[in-house]
Amino acid sequence: VDVTPRISTRNLRSVARWEHAARFVIGGGVTVLAGLIIERFGVAFGGMFLAFPAILPASLTLMKRQDGRRMAADDARGNRIGAIALAGFAAMVTTTAKIWPLPATLAVASVTWLAIAYALWSFTLARRPPRRP
Amino acid sequence: MLGDVVLRFVLGGTLVSVFGVIAAAFKPRSFSGLFAAAPAVAIASLAITYSTDGAATTAAAARWMLAGALALFGYSACSVALCQTRVPAWLAATTAWLVWLAVAVMLWFSLRHVVRT
Repeated sequence: VDVTPRISTRNLRSVARWEHAARFVIGGGVTVLAGLIIERFGVAFGGMFLAFPAILPASLTLMKRQDGRRMAADDARGNRIGAIALAGFAAMVTTTAKIWPLPATLAVASVTWLAIAYALWSFTLARRPPRRP
Repeated sequence: MLGDVVLRFVLGGTLVSVFGVIAAAFKPRSFSGLFAAAPAVAIASLAITYSTDGAATTAAAARWMLAGALALFGYSACSVALCQTRVPAWLAATTAWLVWLAVAVMLWFSLRHVVRT
């Protein structure tokens, strides 16, 4: 069964204000933490924090809803593919950072992330048959 | 120093929020879940690292980010498994975070003398 991604304003409206605030604080906090760890412990350990799971509250709040665990599992499956694509982003940055200007490096790496994520999703999760809750 | 911290916080928080909104705007859940692993923190951190420490440090940070992405894969795989059990949400989240940390520390110990920094 092939699925096409769609925009859903209903999904967007269901996100509570505190969830937006939590994302901002967690995202900002992790970015500061990564910077401090790079400064204190070096670029090796700190560099890994660039792939720290910062957008978490979605799964947390989903799991509390009725039928939420199934949706949270789907969310996490997408997350798993996104992680593979994130490796592509990192590989692109490490290859081009010393050659290209930073905006070009980040732009091409971001497009690489999106392309890998979308391709893997299309060939795997979009073709999964619908499951019972 | 304080200005750098504030800049990191605002830039990282904003990018994570933007990707969070994009994630929430899409259906189905498996597609929106992709954006939970978007390079939000990475873009903010790498941009600031580039301006303060230069291209070589940025490339090295991204090299180690590859290991972090592997840890994120472990985190997600653990989340998929725990979502299918009756474990409370807070315990599932904490366990998955600990899995990320465990994989990251293990990779750091294994690769720190091998990977160029």
